[in-house]
Amino acid sequence: MYGYIFRRLLATIPVMLIVALVVFLLLHLTPGDPAAIIAGDYARPEDIERIRKNLGLDRPLYVQFFSWLGRVLSGDLGVSIFSDLPVSKLIGQRLEPTIALSISTIIFAVLVAIPLGTIAAYKAGTLVDRAVMAFAVLGFSVPVFVIGYVLMYFFSLKLGWFPVQGYKPIGEGFWPFLRSITLPTLALGIVYVALIARITRASVLEILTEDYIRTAKAKGLDDANLLVRHALRNAAVPIVTIIGIGVALLIGGVVVTESVFNIPGLGRLTIDAVLRRDYPIIQGVILVFSGIYVFVNLFIDILYTFLDPRIRY
Amino acid sequence: MATDKIKTMGLLDMKAGRSRFADYYARHPTVVIGGAILGVIIVLAFIAPLIANDPLRIKPAMRLRPMDDTYWFGSDFLGRDVYSRTIYGARISLAVGGAVAIISTFFGLIIGLLAGYVRWVDAIVMRFMDGLMAIPGVLLAIALISLAGASLFNVIVAICIPEIPRVVRLVRSVTLQIRELPYVEAAVSVGSPTHKILLKHIVPNTVAPLIVQATYVCASAVVIEAILSFLGAGTPPEIPSWGNIMAEGRSYFQVAPWIIFFPGGMLAITVLAVNMLGDGLRDSLDPRIARRM
Repeated sequence: MYGYIFRRLLATIPVMLIVALVVFLLLHLTPGDPAAIIAGDYARPEDIERIRKNLGLDRPLYVQFFSWLGRVLSGDLGVSIFSDLPVSKLIGQRLEPTIALSISTIIFAVLVAIPLGTIAAYKAGTLVDRAVMAFAVLGFSVPVFVIGYVLMYFFSLKLGWFPVQGYKPIGEGFWPFLRSITLPTLALGIVYVALIARITRASVLEILTEDYIRTAKAKGLDDANLLVRHALRNAAVPIVTIIGIGVALLIGGVVVTESVFNIPGLGRLTIDAVLRRDYPIIQGVILVFSGIYVFVNLFIDILYTFLDPRIRY
Repeated sequence: MATDKIKTMGLLDMKAGRSRFADYYARHPTVVIGGAILGVIIVLAFIAPLIANDPLRIKPAMRLRPMDDTYWFGSDFLGRDVYSRTIYGARISLAVGGAVAIISTFFGLIIGLLAGYVRWVDAIVMRFMDGLMAIPGVLLAIALISLAGASLFNVIVAICIPEIPRVVRLVRSVTLQIRELPYVEAAVSVGSPTHKILLKHIVPNTVAPLIVQATYVCASAVVIEAILSFLGAGTPPEIPSWGNIMAEGRSYFQVAPWIIFFPGGMLAITVLAVNMLGDGLRDSLDPRIARRM
């Protein structure tokens, strides 16, 4: 098993290298002079020259890549063009709201979606099942910012239950934090709920046709035990897989949700950077998010070996 | 337990004397409903000049008007008609969705065939695709737009790049399965050239899953275009796309929520219709491909 974990760890290296290469090449393969792109439309020639020098854009491409990669590996993501602060520091400052929102969304989605999907599979073909499936298609189709504004309209503007926008860090008390993060979590979570519920239903439905389920039923096991201990446990691998794949969805959604609810996280940092063409920040954020995605999925692959002892490559 | 019921795929619902369309509807209602909604939206987009006013006309005296007989969907902060803007916005969304679906399917098919059939290409291409897929699509598109500048063409390219690897994966997996089948082996043994094997024996098997995948790519492209425009890194702001209308409505949401709700609602309905079509086609074209998606 340790051999498998080790091999799986090794396999993430080429993926992250390619991510780094793509992120690096983005700036260089786009038509036009990178220094001029970063400097923007109103730059003077000496500004462009200064940026070119600062970023080392006058050196050969491969030299630039390896020296950039070396710096990234030592934790140096460069310096923001706009504020002159190190990118790693800027990202560090904005990490908390994004992580809080992502974790609360995953918890919410798992707690809602797995029971929903299991019940839909148990009641397959009935009205309950159809309702859950209709919700899944709907939840998957309504974009996160539309859901966000609908929730904000009803629960903040009409009912006044939650603040309209903004974020309160958990350090300022758990209750204000929870109030500020509830609507963003719901908005961001619905697409995730839809995704997980759908896979849960499909996997549980498949397990329910297995012989050992019939055996368990024959020996008189009650339905609750049957569903949780026999069906859900065996359906765990596909469910956990989709949770991992859904993290990509979550990352895209976080950027939008933070914009809708005015949360000062990584998403807002990205958008501000895009509007100012602060390219080192964009590069840094993409690297961090891709790294998170790759490592979540690495973690899940390793989790398989615990969930299902048959998987020991 | 309900699973004991035999899956008939709706065959038992067929009745003699009913038209083929009615039979198809009985078996795959989502294809018909999704297709019909999408059809209506496409028609609306085409006849926009007949049913809507100039989406760019500014009437400062009529700013932020709520819904009434003249302004069906209200007016925005410049007194522009939100209804006309929303109808015209359908053109942008459908154009982007359709273009991205076609372009990424085309390139995904070619790359996927090569990766699935030529072993040395496979290792290189798939590593590259894995890396590309590890980058969240919305972020990659945002970065591309911020570099290349906001234009409709750049938006389409920027959305295609994160979508292509998904198509490649699908085509490659189909190719890997088909190439091992005896009839392909037979074709190889009688000396059929590679391009003929690919075109005549492998490509036809990719068509059904590709159509389904193309609808999902289309739905995702429509959403990403709206997200990019909404965030200010998409279609140029002077073009009335749904994301742009919503972005402009953000500051006025508390006083004029209709600026966001109508284009947002249209966006949701469009994506829902495309997804329903995709889900229905997946079951309709070949129940087996449901497992691969």
